[in-house]
Amino acid sequence: MTVGLDVEPSDADLVARCRRGDQTAWSALVERFSRYVYAIATQAFRLPQHDAEDVFQDVFAKTYERLGSLRSDDAIRPWIGQLTRNCCLDHLRSSGRTVLVEEPEDRAAEDVIAKLDEAMTVRAGLTQLSTECQDVLDRFFCRDESYRTIGEELGIPAGTIASRISRCLGHLRTELEGRNLQPPPSSGQVIR
Amino acid sequence: MTTHNEERLGEFLRLLPSAPAGWVTAAQELPIARVQLDALVERAEANAAFRASVVADLEVAIRATGVEPSPVVVEHLRKRLAG
Repeated sequence: MTVGLDVEPSDADLVARCRRGDQTAWSALVERFSRYVYAIATQAFRLPQHDAEDVFQDVFAKTYERLGSLRSDDAIRPWIGQLTRNCCLDHLRSSGRTVLVEEPEDRAAEDVIAKLDEAMTVRAGLTQLSTECQDVLDRFFCRDESYRTIGEELGIPAGTIASRISRCLGHLRTELEGRNLQPPPSSGQVIR
Repeated sequence: MTTHNEERLGEFLRLLPSAPAGWVTAAQELPIARVQLDALVERAEANAAFRASVVADLEVAIRATGVEPSPVVVEHLRKRLAG
């Protein structure tokens, strides 16, 4: 879902508009990266909800304060990813947990983050699909709604949901294969 | 990403559930909160008695501006008043 924006703007467009003080763009930027930040905190670093909330707010507060120091507007994703890592590690340190860079659990966190990066690319592809496909895929995979619930909410027969999901996944695959996928750009800077 | 079979796509989508709505809203309202806190700090700097009441209970002072006193916001105000 976008926030008051008719077309899905690029990351760089959003960042540029945020720098100009555009509140709508800021809302959209938060919405775009909220799942990513949340997933890094809860899946990669396994923070409990209360701690994850602190990290979540801290990440976006720092993003807001430091957006001006981002060297490349389209590098916002790796930049926020690194910022979230740092906030999670700081949070773990301040709560008295020892954090060593070479611990197996830290390598595991990096593996999870790498998967989340791929998931963000898939999610970016999702935003290019029809609203109907975005809705049904989001309900089924992200909100874990049953066929019955989806059918009731969307006013369509539950028996057609599976085929709808399959068709929309096919569209998503086509969308992603149609892109010349490159690794996400590096922010090229150390964030503290 | 090199392969896009539909099962994998579904797995990737599952990895990114929504963050709690209240968290997202609080982050989206950050710029508004900053404006409110700026006004609060300005008033505190001009009025020692008001400053003392703010420092005595930061959460109450923040809530009075209409902003939710999350730990990040409270810490932000604490630093502003200390600076």
